Amino acid sequence: MLPELFFAYFAVTIVLFSIFVVTARNPVHSVLWMLLLFFHIAGLYLFLNAEFIAAIQIIIYAGAILVLYLFVVFLLNLREELKIYRFIGGWPSGLTFGIALLAVIILSIRSFIAAPPGKYSINLIREETHTKALAKLLYTDYLFPFEIISVILLVAIVGVIVLAKRRLKT
Amino acid sequence: MNLQFPDLTPVMPELFMTALALILLCTELLVKKKGILAALSILGVVVVAYTLIGSSGTTFGGMFVSDGYSTFFKVIFFVNAILSVLISIKYIAIERVNFGEYYSLILISTLGMMIMASAADLIVLYLGLELMALSTYVLAGFIRYDIKSNEAALKYFLLGAFSSAFLLYGISMIYGLTGTTDIKSIALYISEKGLTENPALSLSMILFAVAFGFKIAAVPFHMWAPDAYEGAPTSITAFMSVGPKAAGFAVLGRVFMIAFASIKLEWVAVFIPLSILSMAVGNIVAIAQTNIKRMLAYSSIAHAGYALLGIIAANNEGLASMMSYLMIYAFMNIGAFAVVIMLRSEDFKGDSISDYEGLSRAHPLLAALMLIFMFSLTGIPPTAGFMAKLYVFMSAINAGYTWLVVVAVVFAVISAYFYLRIIMYMYMREPKVEVSLSTSPSLGLALGVTTVAVLAIGVFPLYLVELARAAISGF
Amino acid sequence: MVPLNWYMLLSAVVFTIGVTGFLMRRNIIIMLMSIELMLNGVNINLVALSHYLQDMRGQILTFFVISVAAAEAAIGLAIIIALFRNKATAHVDEVQEMKG
Repeated sequence: MLPELFFAYFAVTIVLFSIFVVTARNPVHSVLWMLLLFFHIAGLYLFLNAEFIAAIQIIIYAGAILVLYLFVVFLLNLREELKIYRFIGGWPSGLTFGIALLAVIILSIRSFIAAPPGKYSINLIREETHTKALAKLLYTDYLFPFEIISVILLVAIVGVIVLAKRRLKT
Repeated sequence: MNLQFPDLTPVMPELFMTALALILLCTELLVKKKGILAALSILGVVVVAYTLIGSSGTTFGGMFVSDGYSTFFKVIFFVNAILSVLISIKYIAIERVNFGEYYSLILISTLGMMIMASAADLIVLYLGLELMALSTYVLAGFIRYDIKSNEAALKYFLLGAFSSAFLLYGISMIYGLTGTTDIKSIALYISEKGLTENPALSLSMILFAVAFGFKIAAVPFHMWAPDAYEGAPTSITAFMSVGPKAAGFAVLGRVFMIAFASIKLEWVAVFIPLSILSMAVGNIVAIAQTNIKRMLAYSSIAHAGYALLGIIAANNEGLASMMSYLMIYAFMNIGAFAVVIMLRSEDFKGDSISDYEGLSRAHPLLAALMLIFMFSLTGIPPTAGFMAKLYVFMSAINAGYTWLVVVAVVFAVISAYFYLRIIMYMYMREPKVEVSLSTSPSLGLALGVTTVAVLAIGVFPLYLVELARAAISGF
Repeated sequence: MVPLNWYMLLSAVVFTIGVTGFLMRRNIIIMLMSIELMLNGVNINLVALSHYLQDMRGQILTFFVISVAAAEAAIGLAIIIALFRNKATAHVDEVQEMKG
């Protein structure tokens, strides 16, 4: 019973915070709701025996990405945002699309059959510790994607410098 | 723990490409003359193309596969990269964004496309896609003092990121269903367990179709394309109208033909409306355009619709015709953009269709070249564009979609209106504005190569088609 | 044990809230955050599946998604800053230089 209660708490808060993120009038509030949301998602990951993912969820998402958002929101300093309308003109169609999409996904989840379990059982991960198990895979089987990530991060560095450097002297 | 060093032969082209991009990034600091960087990148790509020979094989535990199919697409990407660099050299100097990062980003984007074409695992596929997309977003917004370029980058970025989230959701569903992300194992598992009726599988197929619909700019996922193509630097418009589209088709071919092979009927039913809508919207809306880049954007949407016919045929012949279509499209489209770029000079935008009025009087050679590219884009013999359409239509007819080909031909006839309008403007109107061309040897070379390719493939199409068929044979 | 379907349902809800937010909001920064929300929805799905399938692949993909999200956020925000320098707006419907 206890796990279900925990899940219910996390699920309800996550859904509520997600709604707050997309509806908040002030972008700063949005970012702060997002922060709370990410902490709860990290809690959910702990629940799923994914400690390392929970840690990087907080370190990268909450610690790095959200701070970046906060910086930009403050940098742009959009005061008029608080007074004008939040949604685009055609928002009802967006809402309809969202609800329809949810209905379609739920219908297909109902008949979802999960694949048979593999070898990384809870006991095996507990023996090996989660971070080690993940790291081993990252540096052996998933070495190639891991290397691609390095190039992606390089593109991000180069791209941000190119795009956000000061105005060109004309 | 046994650490086995992976076989690097199949990834040699990718490794060389990465090295080349990094070298360029460093040389930029030392070399003041940017033309050297362009020359270096072209030479480098030629070297990388050379390493393609003998690179076939599978490595990294089956995640990366280098076969004829991927090699053919990589050649398209190299052609795209080299021609885009050739047409950029003068142009980015005129736009005052002559930075070395430009060439590195083109190469890294090409690297992403190469990884996409070779990906045999959905994780690698996703990362290759992001690598390509992220560098292309930056390139689209490269003229950072120009608000149009900012807007192009913004719209491209927002919808690109939106679509890759759909792709990820699709990947997560199919991973849950099959317990694997390897494309071949997915196909095996689906057919073994008889999951073909499962709605979750159809959902993930639709999510894939949506995500790649955005990438190839098929209607109704095209809304970013006209703005992104119009606002981006013209050389990048040429680059991204060919490269990311071809990469999207490469993935469509591999994922749908292999992983979703067992639900072929369903995905063909998804692609047929996409194809018809793309041809209809692309060709009809293009008629009303006044900006040539925007017109070519709609034309590019329409061409995605034609190339989709090859996927709809859903057999090797269809794929081969789609591949040769994309190769020909690369030449004719970049050729057309090279002409557009030539009209851009210091204080003259030259991207309005009315700027082409009377072009044949002042610049007969350029007008003649534009005539060839417009004929080719319309699909008039003896240009390559005719052969491209012919083979795609043939493959669709052989697969039993005669009615669809009839529809496609009708739209191809409609498309003649706006392509030939340019020719009419060039040859039958009096010039309104004095157009001075910004010629350069590299631009001339690019025009020469594309013209020769368009005419040569148009007259001797069999070589290319045989090449595509041979490439697909081991698929 | 919480059934897998609950997690998948939660993931679907978070994902669609992200989609809806993206389609409804005017503020570009919040649109970007909606995309992050979609990615988080996918991540919940992947980690939950990974746990129930007893397979690490899903968590590895989550790891990659988080890294890509960081790169994507950086580039997206850089584009917004570049745009803001030329036109002081963060509303998607006011960015309309091109029409047709």
